[in-house]
Amino acid sequence: MSKISLNNLSHSYLAQQNNDLDWALKDIDLEWSDGGAYALLGPSGCGKTTLLNIISGLLKPTKGEVYFDDKKITHLSSVERNIAQIFQFPVIYDTMTVFDNLAFPLRNRGISEDKIQPRVKEIAEMLDLSETLYNRASGLTADGKQKISLGRGLVRSDVNVIMFDEPLTVIDPHLKWILKSKLKELHQEINRTMIYVTHDQTEALTFADQVVVMHEGQLVQKGTPVELFEKPKHTFVGHFIGSPGMNILPCKLMNGKVNFSGAKIEMEKKISSHKTYSKTQIGIRPEFVSFSNSGIAVKILKVNNAGRHKIIDIECDGGKLKMISSVTATTPSGTAYVKFNSKYTYVYGDDWIVEE
Amino acid sequence: MSLELKNVEKKVGTKTHIYSTNLRFEKNTINILLGSTLSGKTTLMQIMAGLDKPTSGEIWFNEKNVTGVPVQKRNISMVYQQFINYPNFTVFENIASPLKIVNISSNEIKNRVGKIAELLKLSDMFHKKPHELSGGQKQRTALARALVKDSGLILLDEPLANLDFKLREELREELPRLFENRDCIVVYATTEPMDALLIGGNTATLYEGGVIQYGKTVDVYNKPKNVISAKVFNDPPINTAKVIKKGKTFSFKNNSLSWQCRSNLEGLADGHYTIGIRPHSITPYKQTENSVQIKGKVLIAELSGSESVIHFQSGDIKWVSLSTGIHPLKVGAEAELHMDVNQFLYFDQNNKLIDYV
Repeated sequence: MSKISLNNLSHSYLAQQNNDLDWALKDIDLEWSDGGAYALLGPSGCGKTTLLNIISGLLKPTKGEVYFDDKKITHLSSVERNIAQIFQFPVIYDTMTVFDNLAFPLRNRGISEDKIQPRVKEIAEMLDLSETLYNRASGLTADGKQKISLGRGLVRSDVNVIMFDEPLTVIDPHLKWILKSKLKELHQEINRTMIYVTHDQTEALTFADQVVVMHEGQLVQKGTPVELFEKPKHTFVGHFIGSPGMNILPCKLMNGKVNFSGAKIEMEKKISSHKTYSKTQIGIRPEFVSFSNSGIAVKILKVNNAGRHKIIDIECDGGKLKMISSVTATTPSGTAYVKFNSKYTYVYGDDWIVEE
Repeated sequence: MSLELKNVEKKVGTKTHIYSTNLRFEKNTINILLGSTLSGKTTLMQIMAGLDKPTSGEIWFNEKNVTGVPVQKRNISMVYQQFINYPNFTVFENIASPLKIVNISSNEIKNRVGKIAELLKLSDMFHKKPHELSGGQKQRTALARALVKDSGLILLDEPLANLDFKLREELREELPRLFENRDCIVVYATTEPMDALLIGGNTATLYEGGVIQYGKTVDVYNKPKNVISAKVFNDPPINTAKVIKKGKTFSFKNNSLSWQCRSNLEGLADGHYTIGIRPHSITPYKQTENSVQIKGKVLIAELSGSESVIHFQSGDIKWVSLSTGIHPLKVGAEAELHMDVNQFLYFDQNNKLIDYV
């Protein structure tokens, strides 16, 4: 068990770097404390696998250092780092029993059989594998096999970190929530540092207490699921998290005052006015836009009934927006006014949130 | 223009893949086949296209019997879940390929490919080969190829299934617009209720090889004809429970919960019923005054980014709740949730909807 720190980490797959695009990872500074549940989230190509490989020791970073607790381990091999990793596809021995599969990482390290027995049984119990413990692994379903992979990752009690790389890819959609629940429970029970890598926001937010969102090699936000929803620090987070994502439209920012679509926008907090940006945008989630008697004049373009709620497409001088409203509420037709909930309205300067 | 399946049945050996199906699709409509994997969506589409023959029954197109007419002799476009393009052709050549077969002047080809590429945001990629494209762009190219010729029937078999979440959202929004002002019938197969709702048009719910219900998408969603149709059309799945009506009161079989009957249900005979509660009618916060509380143990709170799906156990039933916003509840925690009584669906002992509105 240990704290993981990444210090000023950059990586390039090229021998020589001429511009920004040549970097797969850019200046990553990150600290994950001991025993936490973390996720690395981002679309394909964002650099999350590169980062994972650097932590697990499969890749040496071009710049920067990796620490476990206060020990620099940047140049240690994967074996020396003492970590467990679970992959997209089950990695198990088909001809062995479930028991022998789970015992394998322990036997490999010369742990005595009398210690292996109770430990394997404990892990099998946690994963609901007790009944099939002495069956051959080959007869199990895909999710049964993936549970063995999870078990093999969890069975050693001395690892520094357990890393999951898209572990639910092969699981039937209807069973996914059960394994998600299992993983959550396991983390609560064994309290070890876990890092979960995925492009799927539901998996990341469901598993982790702290989610790191990556975009084009950069770390754009580290926060709780609530923070990512309520206060995106970067336009990419607003867009990527949530469905539909945040409305992000050009606005004017002058002397700390925000003007959008010809209206002055109320903000809960004052924003700084001393910096200048080449691009300023307003960000508001569809959940926080509502009809009003006054405010921003809009034209109603389309009303989509999504069952659970209505998604309404509207247009104002500032551009097109989406808003969410209850199915039972009546929607005005033609033109109307909308207002933004000031508590969740943000301004972004060159894509980063502008704060006090 | 119309497409009609008349008593179409498909058997393989002794196994029935499609039970006797009657469907009629009209000109300029989008028709969604909604059902889980193996419910018969793909088989039905292949029969519609002439790629597969029904064991019995007929397929009519434009009031002509086309049963047994092979796909090459019908004017059809298809798009599949896998991104299928000619790997050695450029994007332009891929899109233009159906036109080259039918002998159209190269100016006209340029014109038509240009138009459709613009609609699908591919204009800047004409010289690229499929392997240089992202998943979304590959599927856009396949869609463009399906739309570039004037097919009377366009069949889309889970076209968005292999796309990332955000691309899926984007393309789903564009799809209905692509078919505006075209003389064609679109059939769209999907496992996702949200696809059906946001694309609109008409929906047929499918279950184990049978069409359960067909009608306007909103109507099928709002008034599922029976429990099965309601299950097919809700994701997360709809909650069901056995209830007893006595006088003006409904209660759970184990008596854990009861509520007053809506006035329009008062005339219903006392006895056993099934209720359907959509996940979004159960929330950790109170939505209306007319709600009842249910206590349970949290199995997991799935957080999707802007919504929370809370699985919980109450008594011997596992429930699913769907709410706006992020509600991170701990696994194993005790929770109290609110159910909106006005939104309950009632089914009789044959699982048929009691249509009380």
